[in-house]
Amino acid sequence: MRESVIEIRGLRNQFGHHVVHDQLDLTLPRGEILGVVGGSGAGKSVLLRSIVGLQKPASGHIEVLGIDVQKASSRERLALERRTGVLFQSGALFSSMTVVENVAMPLIEHEHLRKSDALELARMKLALVGLPGHAGDLQPAELSGGMVKRAALARSLALEPELLFLDEPTAGLDPIGAAAFDELIVTLRDALGLTVFLVTHDLDTLYQACDRIAVIGEKKILIHDTLSQVASFDHPWVHDYFHGPRGRQAAAVGQQRRSL
Amino acid sequence: MNDAQKPAAEIHDQTLHLFGEWRVTQFQAVRAELEALDSDSLAAIQQLETHELDSIDSSAAHELMQFIAPERILSMEAENQPEHHMKLLHAVARALQGNEPPAPRPYRFGDGIAALGKTITQKATHQIEQTNQLLNFIGLVLLRALKIIVLPHRWRVTSFFVHVHQSGLNAIPIVALLTFLVGAVVAFLGATVLSDFGATIYTVDLVAYAFMRELGVLLTAILLAGRTASSYTAQIGAMKVNQEIDALRVQGLDPIELLVVPRLFTLLFMLPLLTLVAMVSGIIGGLVVAVFSLDISVTQFFRIVQEVPIRHLWVGLVKAPLFAAVIAIIGCLEGFKVKGNARSVGQHTTSAVVQAIFIVILFDAIAALFFMEMGW
Ligand SMILES: Nc1ncnc2c1ncn2[C@@H]1O[C@H](COP(=O)(O)OP(=O)(O)OP(=O)(O)O)[C@@H](O)[C@H]1O
Ligand SMILES: [Mg+2]
Repeated sequence: MRESVIEIRGLRNQFGHHVVHDQLDLTLPRGEILGVVGGSGAGKSVLLRSIVGLQKPASGHIEVLGIDVQKASSRERLALERRTGVLFQSGALFSSMTVVENVAMPLIEHEHLRKSDALELARMKLALVGLPGHAGDLQPAELSGGMVKRAALARSLALEPELLFLDEPTAGLDPIGAAAFDELIVTLRDALGLTVFLVTHDLDTLYQACDRIAVIGEKKILIHDTLSQVASFDHPWVHDYFHGPRGRQAAAVGQQRRSL
Repeated sequence: MNDAQKPAAEIHDQTLHLFGEWRVTQFQAVRAELEALDSDSLAAIQQLETHELDSIDSSAAHELMQFIAPERILSMEAENQPEHHMKLLHAVARALQGNEPPAPRPYRFGDGIAALGKTITQKATHQIEQTNQLLNFIGLVLLRALKIIVLPHRWRVTSFFVHVHQSGLNAIPIVALLTFLVGAVVAFLGATVLSDFGATIYTVDLVAYAFMRELGVLLTAILLAGRTASSYTAQIGAMKVNQEIDALRVQGLDPIELLVVPRLFTLLFMLPLLTLVAMVSGIIGGLVVAVFSLDISVTQFFRIVQEVPIRHLWVGLVKAPLFAAVIAIIGCLEGFKVKGNARSVGQHTTSAVVQAIFIVILFDAIAALFFMEMGW
């Protein structure tokens, strides 16, 4: 058994009387790309927020890279944040900086690189995620929806994190860009042993990039297993998800590409 | 990672051997290692040897490609090298290819003067544009307001009362407290100057005239310019950032009618009322000073106040709607000028407050001159 990077035990999240998670358990081993799926409002983003420490759970225990998120001292927390990258669902680029500055900022703040070096690295990161060269000098408000996603991905990769949280990274990307994204994630994982927590609705990403799938529903993880196991799991929502028209399509394409 | 292997590079037989951890955390070491290599042998490299490389991330790969062009990395033989390293190197190399940043333009003599000239023209045209925009906006708001007045079914009653509550009723305590204090200060000032002439009794007149004609309305308007104009700008600006204004437009709803007109009517309604509060509380401030340190009795005080001609009250009050319109229109217009980012909201909020206070004081000065010349 590989060491686990994320350990969640008995997590409970609620807003007022609205319980989002109850008795949720999840373990994520190092080097694995976990695809998290679930209906809209099932609590995927809230789960992500509570793992990275933005949402205080009502009860339960969360350990990330061996550090208890809730009891962490500010130094431990800083070290943790240094080793994780987060891509928010809405991008969350800093609107008062240009796109390259957004990506360069963590490098300057945490790695104490010179500004010129950091900007150069930032431009490379932007190219790596497929943004054209001129986009770096734009303000975030001047980007298209898909470009915002790419820029936010570049920022989350800036510090070369060990653990990456991605909230619907391919939503709003064109299919070619989305496929390139899947490949990039796998490349980074292979090269750096990255662990990825990937929330997605994109079936193609599940088939191309993810090692295992966790399905959120009924306030907990319904099943957490390999794709083929999850696809044959006996639950109405899971069944509809993987065997609906889109699911079948993506499965066919996935099979084709794997056999190539 | 305490056991991190230091990055290292060596060249043997036109092959670059990489060792250790090539990570962004070791960025300076990576650069030093590459700089230590002989540039002639670097130029002759045909092959990368990465079997002893623990890991390489994209930042370190980028640094490597500052010394060996990405095209050369791509053309090197990668067959028997660890696949995961080569995939990353190739991904970075492909990203860097044809993505050279434009070279910065060299400095030329006269650039400074050109920049100065540019700033001046920009400032000037900006000023003209601003004025133009303001006049346009005033016209637009007036048109809509007049149209809506005669169409009661389009009155936004809820919105109106929400704003009456937020920017009117909630402002009463601060307006009352502030004018009370200023009233007391004016009374002290009057007492100090007038006692030399044995005319301390005129302190009462001073406070009453000052608050009815000028200070009541002026202080209220300045307070609301700070309190309400800024909140209008921030509210509308945040909506602009969030594309809510665009959402209204595409649904065929008029942002001016929905957002500006209720705010304008709120202030037109509330500013005169708040002015009355200010006048009363300012005079009470004067009363407290008069009673406790000037030995003027309460009845005496009120008898003198009652003798002040009522037209001074009107002189003060007529200015209130004008100031209200200035505050509401500038606050809303600055909100609409916000460009999609957080800093812009801050800039325009500041600008709204400064402009509103400036114009309120300017108009007050003009009005004072006018009323004096008219002998009112
Ligand atoms: N700040 C909040 N306050 C109150 N309720 C919230 C808050 N954030 C999320 N919720 C609720 O928690 C539930 C889960 O939300 P979450 O954002 O995690 O959904 P999701 O699974 O990410 O959905 P989607 O796929 O649409 O992004 C929803 O019912 C939502 O209404
Ligand atoms: Mg979500």
